[in-house]
Amino acid sequence: MTLPWTLAHLVVLFASPILVVGIINRTKARWAGRRGPPILQTYFDLARLLRKRPVYSATTTPVFWVAPYVLLATAAVSGLVVPLLGRGAPLSFRFDFVFFAYLWGLGRLALMLGALDTGSAFEGMGSSREATFATFIEPAVFLCLGTLASATGGATFAQMLSFHGVDPAMVVVRAGCVVALTLLLQVESARMPVDDPTTHLELTKVHEVMILDHSGPDLAAMEYGAALKLAIGSALLASLLNPFGAQSPRWVVAAANVGLWVAVAVAVGTIESTLARLRLNAIPRYLLAALFGGVLALLASVWRAGGAT
Amino acid sequence: MSGSFPLGSWTLAEVPELPGGAWSERVAALLGEGARIVTAFGRRDGGDVVASAILQPASGELVLVRGRIDRALGYHALTPTHPAMHVFEREMHEQTGVRIAGHPWLKPVRFEGSAPSAMAAYPFFTLQGKEVHEVQVGPVHAGVIEPGAFRFMCLGEKVHHLEIQLGYQHRGVEALLLRGDPRAHAPLVETIAGDTSIAHAWADCAAIESLAGLDADASTDRGRAVGLELERVAMHLAGLAGLATDIGFLQGGSTYGRLRTTAINTSMRLCGSRFGRGWLRPGGSRAMADAALVDVVRANIALLIRDLAVINDRFVSSVTVRHRFVGAGRLTSEQALDVGLVGVAARASGVNLDQRSLGLGAYREHPVETVTDPTGDCWARALVRIREMDGSLAWLRRVFADATELASVQRPVGALAAGSLVVSTCEGWRGEVVHALETGPDGVLVQHKVQDPSLRNWFGLALAVRENEISDFPICNKSFDLSYCGHDL
Repeated sequence: MTLPWTLAHLVVLFASPILVVGIINRTKARWAGRRGPPILQTYFDLARLLRKRPVYSATTTPVFWVAPYVLLATAAVSGLVVPLLGRGAPLSFRFDFVFFAYLWGLGRLALMLGALDTGSAFEGMGSSREATFATFIEPAVFLCLGTLASATGGATFAQMLSFHGVDPAMVVVRAGCVVALTLLLQVESARMPVDDPTTHLELTKVHEVMILDHSGPDLAAMEYGAALKLAIGSALLASLLNPFGAQSPRWVVAAANVGLWVAVAVAVGTIESTLARLRLNAIPRYLLAALFGGVLALLASVWRAGGAT
Repeated sequence: MSGSFPLGSWTLAEVPELPGGAWSERVAALLGEGARIVTAFGRRDGGDVVASAILQPASGELVLVRGRIDRALGYHALTPTHPAMHVFEREMHEQTGVRIAGHPWLKPVRFEGSAPSAMAAYPFFTLQGKEVHEVQVGPVHAGVIEPGAFRFMCLGEKVHHLEIQLGYQHRGVEALLLRGDPRAHAPLVETIAGDTSIAHAWADCAAIESLAGLDADASTDRGRAVGLELERVAMHLAGLAGLATDIGFLQGGSTYGRLRTTAINTSMRLCGSRFGRGWLRPGGSRAMADAALVDVVRANIALLIRDLAVINDRFVSSVTVRHRFVGAGRLTSEQALDVGLVGVAARASGVNLDQRSLGLGAYREHPVETVTDPTGDCWARALVRIREMDGSLAWLRRVFADATELASVQRPVGALAAGSLVVSTCEGWRGEVVHALETGPDGVLVQHKVQDPSLRNWFGLALAVRENEISDFPICNKSFDLSYCGHDL
């Protein structure tokens, strides 16, 4: 990756969380018949949080204040392996998608430990739910990405995600991956219908309840880290849907990716505006759809491999 | 019977005062015959407690059973055989200190005066076992939620038992209402539970008027009923907006919330307060509308009917909304009758109980159909709200179709009759509001008992969440939508 493209990647990576959240919130406001907050509202919120002094309960240990920064760091590094602008990423190596998945896993672990460290019943419940959902989504995501890797012959995110022509089996593989990654996005970024990011109800929340006790810059790190994951997850989906491959000029691929990225954010906002949140005990069943997507992709790739020989 | 709701008036010299045992036997006998307990309360009189139980047989009129019970001797609790009595006996014990033998759980209903030690004698239940955990919510909540302590005893995500401890908002309302001229208490009564201003004011005004020998006239009744139905529409809209928000159903939350503004602004135009403060006064109904304002009101009602049809359809037909509410927080009719639920919560469990259905006063010419649903889950409580709102709007439309204006009425209220007890009810949006006023031999008020429907329904919520997911508690809670301050007084 050339230096200008790397710089562009970094700028987009760190600006996108604010914009993606802004677009989602604006979409939801429009559905509700409201004008909605400014697109940059998240930025203002983060700036306000950074000026505040964090408050720590006497129950907590350093785990509590380290957790937000682990989450933030893992999210930021994971953004380096994802082809945000369509082709290539600053950090690209064989099987980088495994690195990506476990970076997110590490971030989640830090989040859960930080929550448990407060000793609060609410946060314990939140951690337990987060762990449960992760158990359901992780195998499906690996099934999908592994299938995609074997079907495309690529071993890096950038190779796997770039468009390889219209081939019926490949379309099914990509569709399966879209399903799995959409659900991954909903679980990891605590979006509807898995989790309600706007609710104030401690007993129903998953992600939001785990950050209840964080304040000031720690909370800002949590919020920004979560928004980063949301933006990166949306970018993964955008790359997967991008119809411009190796034959197209680089800027066309990048422009299409950014356009699709915005479309994914609008779609997330629309889903949140039209659906109610699922009942908690129905969510594991809902997440099985990701596994179904993975199996579908696997079958299609096996069929494609059989056809090739 | 005049007025729009059942009201009982007794000259106390003519009512026999039964001793403890006979009193409870008589109450039990009436309950056994199918009468419903409306309220029961006591008042200290020297070493005795003067107890009053008000029951309502199927015919609708109120029946009084009066007792004079020795405080130390007491009587045998009715709760073990008639669970609907539980909260009344707890409250009576707390307020009078009368001995109630065999009551399973005489935990104070609220923190009375400077003696919180009674509450300390009844700590939360505990549940033991390896898989068990307890979750405490409150009494200090995030946001603008009123104080109340909820202790969940859970097995994983499942609630085994919920104990609700209230009383943090106890302001001494009943004691305050004994000071000064009771005819001037309406502004105070309107603030007992701010979301039920009109229903409380109506129950109070009807009682004062009955004591003063003033018959409610049709025009006053109609004006008051307009206020009550607008309050019902506004609060059902608020409840549905809350339910929709709690499950993340954005369209329901925003549209019901927007329409509530139309409803409360209509009250604002009619009486000067969005919550109907100042609408009712003893001897009068002060909301006023000339022909031009009546047109505005008609237009608002038409707008509510039009827009509600759309959003109700969205709400009811949404698969995800149904998925969240159906089966959550289910309460059977037997449970509802057992614990003596009233109002929306009772009707959503198939209990046919709506004081408006008697067709009195303002509801004679334009009757309101009682809405019930047999299932008793959150979905039923949402549907009952939707259908009641439709009923109230249809009622308002009929009233304003005939009316060309709404007149402000104010008649003088004379001195209160001495030695009398008046119990008046009003079917507020949440359920039946009861006020009981007793005057002494000199015509001075000796007791003013206030009863918000929340007092009886909180226990229903505790029952409803058993064996439910703890994450469904917020929607169960919202579907009951009970008042803390109305309970705590």
